[in-house]
Amino acid sequence: MSEQTRTWRFAVNVTPKPGILDPQGKAVERSLPHLGIAGVSGVRVGRRVELSVTAADEAAARSIVDQLASELLSNPLMEQYGVEALGESEAPAVTGVGG
Amino acid sequence: MTTRIGVVLFPGSNRDIDAVNALTVAGAEPEILWHESVDLSGIAGILIPGGFAYGDYLRAGVIARFSPVMRAVAEFADRGGPVLGICNGFQVLAEARLVPGALLRNRGLRFVCRQVTLLPEHLDTPFTREIGERRPLRMPVAHGEGCYYADEATLDAIERDGQVLWRYANEDGSVAGPDDPGNPNGSLRGIAGVRNAAGNVAGLMPHPETAVEAILGSDDGLGIIRSLVVSAGEWASSGRIAGTRPAAAMGGAR
Repeated sequence: MSEQTRTWRFAVNVTPKPGILDPQGKAVERSLPHLGIAGVSGVRVGRRVELSVTAADEAAARSIVDQLASELLSNPLMEQYGVEALGESEAPAVTGVGG
Repeated sequence: MTTRIGVVLFPGSNRDIDAVNALTVAGAEPEILWHESVDLSGIAGILIPGGFAYGDYLRAGVIARFSPVMRAVAEFADRGGPVLGICNGFQVLAEARLVPGALLRNRGLRFVCRQVTLLPEHLDTPFTREIGERRPLRMPVAHGEGCYYADEATLDAIERDGQVLWRYANEDGSVAGPDDPGNPNGSLRGIAGVRNAAGNVAGLMPHPETAVEAILGSDDGLGIIRSLVVSAGEWASSGRIAGTRPAAAMGGAR
């Protein structure tokens, strides 16, 4: 690993696009009366992916995340995504199989 | 010469044996293609069977889309070779953008495993030509994410261009809309299967490969499998079959 590179942590939040029927969100919404909760609507269930990226600078790291988010983590036909910067990490996160 | 049809095998595929059986019944020579294989030499057609490729993690079909064999399949499709995806195979083709639309979670949220009735349209395509006359076809579905979705403009376009090949039907023979009993998953406009604009790649959620012999309860699926085999045979004899390597543009991404 070059000394020039640093590591940043990001979260990618993937949600169903507006207008796409989200049966999971509807199911959650329908369960709310059983909890005695009222006044909650518009529930949409998505997915959050957190990851670390090592790159020359934060902009380069972010463009990798954007590519990953649009090509793999979301399907633009039915989902939208937002990228959240979680700040610089000390070192690359430990990765590997069997963890 | 017997027509060789490649059956793509991902980790998690589970309908590959049914696909091999169906192709054999239809008179073809099936050949298993491992997901890491990029060698399609001598292959005249591709069948991507059902299952849960790569565990269906993230979204059904998406990890499979980036496998080496799919780069080769995309290149094969680009040259005009016939490709049929069934169930999870349809999801893989949709994620790879080789056919239009996407498959969402079933509207009822449940995994649905039951017989459905399909109405074929356009009986002159590479995937419907051997069906014969237009009649309801009985075969099973077994999936959790089969709700066909595309935006209204795309739906209009694929209907106009003859890309919708199969729709779910109600008992009275009418097309089953998203909330009708004949529609197992909420698919828009009752769409069960579509093809690409060029016409040589198609996918459907129901399982014609498990409805190819009377002993299986129905042989209504055989016409679809036979269509693939006949089309592949024609394509092969047209001379475009080759020893193949993924095109540089497609193999370049690592």
